[in-house]
Amino acid sequence: MATTGQEYDSMAKKASPPSKKAKDLFCAFTIGGLICTFGQALSWLYTRVGLSEDEVKAAVPVTLIVITAVLTGLGVFDRIAKHAGAGTIVPITGFANSIVSPAMEFQAEGRVLGTGAKLFSIAGPVIAYGTFAAVIYGLIAYIFKLY
Amino acid sequence: MAVRQGRYTLNLTTRPSIIGNAAVVGKTEGEGPLKSEFDHIYSDDTLGEISFEKAESALQREAVIRALDKAGKTPAEVDFILAGDLLNQCIGTSFGLRELNIPFLGMYGACSTMSLSLGLASVLVDTKAANVAVASTSSHFCSAERQFRQPLEYGGQRPPTAQRTATAAGASVVAASVTDKPCVEAVTFGRIMDLGVKDANNMGAAMAPAAAQTIADFLHDTGTTPQAYDLILTGDLGIVGTKLLKELLQKDYGFDLADRHADCGLLLYDTKKQDVHAGGSGCGCAGSVFNSYILRRVTAGELKRVVLVATGALMSQTSSLQGESIPAIAHAVLVSAPQTAL
Repeated sequence: MATTGQEYDSMAKKASPPSKKAKDLFCAFTIGGLICTFGQALSWLYTRVGLSEDEVKAAVPVTLIVITAVLTGLGVFDRIAKHAGAGTIVPITGFANSIVSPAMEFQAEGRVLGTGAKLFSIAGPVIAYGTFAAVIYGLIAYIFKLY
Repeated sequence: MAVRQGRYTLNLTTRPSIIGNAAVVGKTEGEGPLKSEFDHIYSDDTLGEISFEKAESALQREAVIRALDKAGKTPAEVDFILAGDLLNQCIGTSFGLRELNIPFLGMYGACSTMSLSLGLASVLVDTKAANVAVASTSSHFCSAERQFRQPLEYGGQRPPTAQRTATAAGASVVAASVTDKPCVEAVTFGRIMDLGVKDANNMGAAMAPAAAQTIADFLHDTGTTPQAYDLILTGDLGIVGTKLLKELLQKDYGFDLADRHADCGLLLYDTKKQDVHAGGSGCGCAGSVFNSYILRRVTAGELKRVVLVATGALMSQTSSLQGESIPAIAHAVLVSAPQTAL
């Protein structure tokens, strides 16, 4: 008798090797942790050279973004991210890479409709829903006088 | 002259010959186990072009020119070229072949394009609608990634079931039967098959039912079993799809593939050493493996009868985003060794 969709679904699941979760979690934790530790080190460094707290809060992400952009441009970032997974996506490095990579990729379609239009093709939803979440949070904070 | 055999198969009674064939590949494919088999390996995947789409066009044009050259034919002598690729509106093909001035029949069968175009080209020659017909196809890792997935430099992880789109092109020149070249004996054009797989990162699982159905149709129509062939060669089922194909053929149709099966996606790369997850995919995967390693062995008589069953996943990015499952297709072409090698 012919295999049904339901039967095939379980056959396909059985035949498909799962991701190596333990290794993935370990790499994400280690590499993500190293990036955060590096960020903390930058924070100390910038504080030592006399930047104010507000300036440090801007300088650390900017440094990480610039490093990510350069590594993305050199074609190195995706090789690290392949192993790091969430370890490079979750910190600001993932956000920077998600903007730089389409900007590079779509140059061939021109500056406006290529690079310009595709720049936020990956990061766009994060910005849109991030802003939306911030508005909701702001409203809750305002209504319940949490500030 | 093409005679219908059984419900789905066409028996090509004049036995058109593949009088020339060529395969050109990119760097990663040229580092795989078949590196010595290809006509040319490009060390730079851009092929010196300014976009990956142009690179793919150049790749396919090169395969066609080399195949024609080996067949001793000029573009002016070709009656039809049947070709396609994975890019939207098949631009890899149309831009690559526009200078050749050959009547062009654009094919879309996703990764099944090699057997679709070869099968149709053989029917055209068999029915004398063409004296010379060319079948070609291409795919490019970078142009496929940017169309179907993420930008190349995007740092993401892919699941173990994902496959690598081959940077490769293959072309076959089909003409009236000659004794010292491989010939096409029969063609089975497949039916669209969909068992509900939605995961675009598991194409092997999506396409295995289509391959099983077409292979079973072919075997039923010809009254044979897999053991009647030296090789049943699928296009790009990879590790997962191969496993499922064998299970389905046994369970639903009662055929045991045993040692008679190989998959171009697993021949093209060393899945243990190269970072290709479940194997290769893309039109050029079957196109290049068939038009190099396989046809060389068929021509030498090492393989007497080979059934090429290239498989294609007929979804688009839009259908995937809309939550649709992946319809798949497979076409079978029976190729046999030259009479002089038998």
